[in-house]
Amino acid sequence: MNAVSSIAGPRFRRALALLALLALVGAACTPGGKTAQVSVPPPPAATGVPDTGPITLTIWDQESGPVGKVWDQLNSEFEAKYTNVTIKRVNRDFGELKTLLKLAISGPHPPDVVEANQGWPDMGQLVKAGLLLPLDNYAKAYGWNERVPATVLAVSSWTPDGKQFGTGNLFGYTSMGEIIGVYYNKQKLSDLGLTIPTTFDEFEQDLAAAKQQGEVPIMFGNNDAFPGIHEYAVIQDQMAPVSTLTDLIFGLQGSTLSFDTPANVQAATTLQEWSQKGYFTPGFGGGGYDTAVANFAKGQGLFMITGNWIVANLGADNRKYGFFLMPPVKAGDPPVSTGGAGFPLAISAGSEHADAAAAYIDWMNSDHASELLVQAGEIPLHTGASSSIVPGTVLADVVNAATAVSEANGVVPYEDWATPTFYDSLTAAIQELMGMRITPQQFVSNVQKDYSDFQKSRA
Amino acid sequence: MSELPAVVASRAVADGGRRRRERLPGEPRRIGYLYIAPAFLLFAAFNLVPLVQGINVSLYNWDGISPATWVGFANYGEFFTSPDIRSGYLHVLILMIFYSFLPIIIGLFLAAVMSRIRIRGLTFFRMLLFLPLVITDVVTAVAWIWIYDATGPLSTTLKAVGLGHFVPSAGWLGDFNTALPAVGVFGMWGQFGFCLILFLAGVMKIPATLYEAARVDGANAVREFFAVTLPGLRYELQVVLVLTVIGTLGTFDEIYVLTAGGPGTSTTVPAYLVWRRAFQTGQVGSAAALGIILMLIIFAVTYGINRLMERGAET
Repeated sequence: MNAVSSIAGPRFRRALALLALLALVGAACTPGGKTAQVSVPPPPAATGVPDTGPITLTIWDQESGPVGKVWDQLNSEFEAKYTNVTIKRVNRDFGELKTLLKLAISGPHPPDVVEANQGWPDMGQLVKAGLLLPLDNYAKAYGWNERVPATVLAVSSWTPDGKQFGTGNLFGYTSMGEIIGVYYNKQKLSDLGLTIPTTFDEFEQDLAAAKQQGEVPIMFGNNDAFPGIHEYAVIQDQMAPVSTLTDLIFGLQGSTLSFDTPANVQAATTLQEWSQKGYFTPGFGGGGYDTAVANFAKGQGLFMITGNWIVANLGADNRKYGFFLMPPVKAGDPPVSTGGAGFPLAISAGSEHADAAAAYIDWMNSDHASELLVQAGEIPLHTGASSSIVPGTVLADVVNAATAVSEANGVVPYEDWATPTFYDSLTAAIQELMGMRITPQQFVSNVQKDYSDFQKSRA
Repeated sequence: MSELPAVVASRAVADGGRRRRERLPGEPRRIGYLYIAPAFLLFAAFNLVPLVQGINVSLYNWDGISPATWVGFANYGEFFTSPDIRSGYLHVLILMIFYSFLPIIIGLFLAAVMSRIRIRGLTFFRMLLFLPLVITDVVTAVAWIWIYDATGPLSTTLKAVGLGHFVPSAGWLGDFNTALPAVGVFGMWGQFGFCLILFLAGVMKIPATLYEAARVDGANAVREFFAVTLPGLRYELQVVLVLTVIGTLGTFDEIYVLTAGGPGTSTTVPAYLVWRRAFQTGQVGSAAALGIILMLIIFAVTYGINRLMERGAET
């Protein structure tokens, strides 16, 4: 008699009955417990860390590479500045932080300061569960409101019940930003006899010309799925009004706004055409993002559409590459692009040292911090930045573009913040669109289904 | 635990000195529960309690941190309506060909061949075939990602022998049509060694006299396989079938490492959906319901296989 078959007997049935009984008992208690809405803490008596004996600040972040090293330096400088503070840094990668942060911050000993991604899937859920502290009074005390554009604060703002995004209290703060745009290889652009395009049509002409002369027009690898969002977003940004996109992503008008619009279909059609005409790296579906960046840095391809974060890979002082924002359809229209704030720092509601935590957040966004972070490839969004940036470098191009789009109020938030499941729906749909598996109309319908399901669940 | 040796039971009566209530030999004694208590407590703490919690969570709409709302069996209803879940189970059925069916066929064939001939250094070859199973999937998957790459050895070899038009331009894992079979072949490479080892052990157990008798009766290799080897491997076949089918239903690491469910949704599987909903998209209730359904399906399939095999044995 082997062991496996013993589950077939009456003993199995009895066990099943027992399970059902246990389930009924278990069903009596609701998971998640109760949530008390967090009230705004009073303004601090003074800025800086209060001198009330030793304080240990636990920080959870996802910074790595050159930026991660800057964080280490800033942390020890903060400890030197306030001798009663000890910083315990818990460093995790992006995926790990996403998974573990919710568990840690809802536990009995939450970290004091956390780097929380904006949008419904992450910060939205933490606010809804009452796990983050509203920072409004700290923002006033430290002058954060005057330091960065309102759009940067909006993407970290929520009503205290977590039901409205982009408005209400401030739950996270950063003065560093991100911007998506087009990198170009200066040598290749002039070799091909092309110039920096000033309209969307001119950009498409550049793509066609590059393709005709045997060059890869856009360096791209979409095996990691996220890069596809950025290729679509910069096209969409030129075709749909900024306010519509922003309202759609914040969900401010509930289900009255739809992803299924002629502008979005047009953007999808354009992206599919580019894919069909071979404007992207051949075999991009199986190519990795890191490989594409490395190949572009080695001199392959004319353009690459991605974010400021690859500046560090190219070298901040690199003069062989330039950067421009995807040009508007009509010449002279204000620039629009996807991007905005970087990862904001937030204070957990369970922190016993909120004042010290606020002082830390201010320190990580100070002029001194900004100078160090810029050299590591980050983009400052605050007033009075960019003194240490060398003109003519790729970094200068990126910072100028970010400033221009920010001043024109043309920053569109990342689309994958729109619903908790939007990242998965959108990336899968874009892979199918670019692989000619679905039509542009099917693409917007698929994505709209996710959007309307979420808006219905909020109502 | 109900079958205490008769000797132990009767000695307990004799040693007592005073006369106790007569216990029939083999009748279960209450003390048996004490013996299983430590194991049961561990099992309860780490398996039963989480299971009950999981069933509880599956009845709520819960994001993992804020208060949950009761939705009854709505999360289970999704199983019948969601196209994502349906395609996930379809993919796992296709994977079953690679993870269960083909490894068993290959394993049986090799075991039959190896049972007829003596091979020098058999232990060495056995170890070689078993090796993929010893190294974790996550490590070997990295090598396979390279093999499947658009510029990897598989593509370049095919191009070199003039079969370039079969090579998908996005690489084998990037193409909508080849991604799932590519994952399947990777799994098959790991599985068939396991099948072969079990079958080889089983073949050694079959008395040589049976083979001699078959040969005396004039059976050829094929007859010998169906008349002697296959019936002799019935239990091994049952174990292999149950384990590989359960393994396929629970497929996760291969997908996580090789494709992350892509391109599009062409390689999503149920266990991957459970993970994504629980830890990525904050749909913990729905993830729990999917997990419970997966458990019930595994139970049912295991039960079905065992019944089928036992009925086969009776005839």
